[in-house]
Amino acid sequence: MDHLDKLEAQSIYILREAYKKLGKLGMLWSIGKDSTVMLWLAQKAFYGHCPFPLIHVDTKYKIPEMIEYRDRLAKELNLDLIVNTNEEAIKNGMGPHEGRLVCCKALKTDGLQQVVTNYEFEGLILGIRRDEEGSRSKERVFSERNSDSEWNYADQPPELWDQFKTDFKKGNHIRVHPILHWNEIDIWEYIKRENIPIIDLYFSKNGKRYRSLGCAPCTNPIESNASNLDEIIEELKNTQETERSGRAQDQEDAHAMEKLRKEGYM
Amino acid sequence: MNRESLNIVVVGHVDHGKSTLIGRLLFDTDSLPQGAIEKVKRISKEKGKDFEYAYLLDAFEEEQKQGITIDTTRLQFKTDKRDYVIIDAPGHKEFLKNMISGAASAEAAILMVDANEGIQEQSKRHGYILSLLGIQKVYVAVNKMDLVDYSEERYSEVRKDFDRFLNTLGVYPIKYIPVSAFYGDNIAEKSEKMPWYNGESILDAIDSLEKEKGLEEKSLRFPIQDIYKFDHRRIIAGRIESGSLKVGDEIVILPSNKTTKVKSIEYWVEKDKKEEVSAGMSVGIIVEDEFFYKRGEIISHKDDIPVVTDTFGGNLFWLGKNDLEKGKKYKLKLSTLEIECEIAKIDKVIDASTLETIENGERVKKNDVAEITIKTKEPIALDEFKNIQSTGRFVLVDDLDVSGGGIITRGSSFEVEKKFKSEDGKVLSIRPRLVTRKDREERLGTASKVIWLTGKAGCGKREIAVNLEKELFDSGKNVYYLDYNQVAESKDDSEGIREVTKVASILQEVGNIVIVTSNYLLREEKEYIKSQVGKENFIEVYVEAPDEVCIERIAPGEKLIDLNERSRDPFISLYIDDPNFDSGEKAKALLGIIL
Repeated sequence: MDHLDKLEAQSIYILREAYKKLGKLGMLWSIGKDSTVMLWLAQKAFYGHCPFPLIHVDTKYKIPEMIEYRDRLAKELNLDLIVNTNEEAIKNGMGPHEGRLVCCKALKTDGLQQVVTNYEFEGLILGIRRDEEGSRSKERVFSERNSDSEWNYADQPPELWDQFKTDFKKGNHIRVHPILHWNEIDIWEYIKRENIPIIDLYFSKNGKRYRSLGCAPCTNPIESNASNLDEIIEELKNTQETERSGRAQDQEDAHAMEKLRKEGYM
Repeated sequence: MNRESLNIVVVGHVDHGKSTLIGRLLFDTDSLPQGAIEKVKRISKEKGKDFEYAYLLDAFEEEQKQGITIDTTRLQFKTDKRDYVIIDAPGHKEFLKNMISGAASAEAAILMVDANEGIQEQSKRHGYILSLLGIQKVYVAVNKMDLVDYSEERYSEVRKDFDRFLNTLGVYPIKYIPVSAFYGDNIAEKSEKMPWYNGESILDAIDSLEKEKGLEEKSLRFPIQDIYKFDHRRIIAGRIESGSLKVGDEIVILPSNKTTKVKSIEYWVEKDKKEEVSAGMSVGIIVEDEFFYKRGEIISHKDDIPVVTDTFGGNLFWLGKNDLEKGKKYKLKLSTLEIECEIAKIDKVIDASTLETIENGERVKKNDVAEITIKTKEPIALDEFKNIQSTGRFVLVDDLDVSGGGIITRGSSFEVEKKFKSEDGKVLSIRPRLVTRKDREERLGTASKVIWLTGKAGCGKREIAVNLEKELFDSGKNVYYLDYNQVAESKDDSEGIREVTKVASILQEVGNIVIVTSNYLLREEKEYIKSQVGKENFIEVYVEAPDEVCIERIAPGEKLIDLNERSRDPFISLYIDDPNFDSGEKAKALLGIIL
């Protein structure tokens, strides 16, 4: 087994464990590279039958191409897709002008919490990775959230030999992170190997490309001429920049992500 | 592309420099993006401190404020040789469960000890836990050599003390390395400040580690994770923990003891199609027989099965909010199996920092380690950790929380222990053996079993038995036919069975296939035999013949009674309808069923 085989096998094991052990499950699909790889892994784990719905939290500030790509792929793969927007916050004029962290909390965290409450999900599958950011690096594969989606990061369960936490209080839910152990370059090498259809915002146009996708006002493309998979992989091997350097909310505060995630951000 | 990857955990007492070492390793191997260093510089400045490598890992605000590591983190770096995942584990006792989570997934460890402070409580406890987790590849980094003027004498002193302690735990560090993590001495490069040290730097040392190989060559262990029926296929899904499996293989599913054959290995995209799969892979198979299969059962090959037992002994570390209590019920998780269990005995509680022990305790407190005996509600399939790691370890769930973990040290010797009772019924402890039954079986190439033939007098069982012995012997097996009359001295039949069982059990433990004959077995006698030789090793054969056949062959004075109690367990029945039957042929027929 090579490196990618091992990553894949472990992710499939985690997805199957979540499916078997947790009640109602949903998988977050942000349209980005990571969650699209995860969607691919789920198809593999369940032999082409993804047995849970996908969830997209639409902030209404997404890059328009993302929505186009989402609807096209959902149709092609016949996906069961739940799209939710925190309509009330949008109606009341929420946006990055209110402060980026406030906006993320309202449109993403609260938008996600609405889905959990409305659909009574016991488990949410998320495509976060340890190498993205400090607070994500401390995550468990199965990570409990209370009924307000809060994360008690100072008291996480032990995770021994793939024995995950699957018993929890009613009202709480478990966040499952099947690709926590991958890093950015693994994702791209896997996309290449498996020929996964990926949104073309990642490929360079006019000397710029997106390295991490989010909401339009808070996500900036990076300078890059990488216009195909091989060039992206080569660029990542040599870069000194962090993956999320184009994400404005991370720069708001030294512990921005930790603060957001403590309250239920993905 | 196909680069090797190795997981290393860094453990040790609070403030002995774990995070600093890792930060330094990342820095020296150019594994940090510019942004990450900028961020640490900014945080250091905000806090009014000098550049602190530890901030790279202690990402939580609380960790940086208090200067401690709360939770484990893992970061990647690479050398020319391979990729590393390096795991930072907290040193504070209250975060021991996080330390263990980090260490459990590591193949090798660096144990940090402060040259100035010397060995502290967590240095010892972490050493103990490494031994419990079965991590054999351990380096000891004697850190903060800058604080002791790079003194060789001080280094040797710390080394000697620690070595003595670790050796009593069966931990034999590969190397001791004097370092200053903060200044980078002997981290990526050899330091000129310690000319007396002629070993390698940390980086060279870990590069010289050999990765554990050959999980594919071990016995097949394929725990069932789930059964899928999304379409016309009924797929058994799971991860192969050890060994390998191919289409056409005969497999046995334990503990239910069903046998079947692998019909196909399933895939989603054509390029993933395989005829053979092996350790580490998450797979799905279809088998020939549509039995009811359960999550938690273990698939293995017929001649290389796990232990099936309801009682086992293990070493445990306890992390629960509440004490572990003798007699209390917990949920046991072992690979994909979950079952209710009871703590039958707390054999020994060990203080991990002093190694003092308390025998026959009633409870185990948080952060303590213990030797315990667990009894499960029903028999389960498992292995001793030293044979197969993944099916030889378990966790205990108390209420909703994973509260303890451990490794199985005794898979079946509980039965052996029962045989050594003194007259007042007290169990006399027997010395654990260094040569196991499995070792003997491996050398002799024979899976030891007890094959017990019963049937009315004159049915021909002894004639078949001697032929079976010959057949097995000729095929290269170690086999012995134990005639009931040769051993049993008691007039009482049940007592006689006990005598014969005892001898059969010893012969079997030596690694033999033992053939035994008796006219009949009562249900409780069968239970007794199984308890002595192991349920999975007992094969019962009932030789059935009509009275007319028996009368022709009966010895003078023998009676034609049939007291045999039919087993509910699977057993083999051999029918004989001719007094002049060919016993060699019958033995051959039996051979095909047994092996």
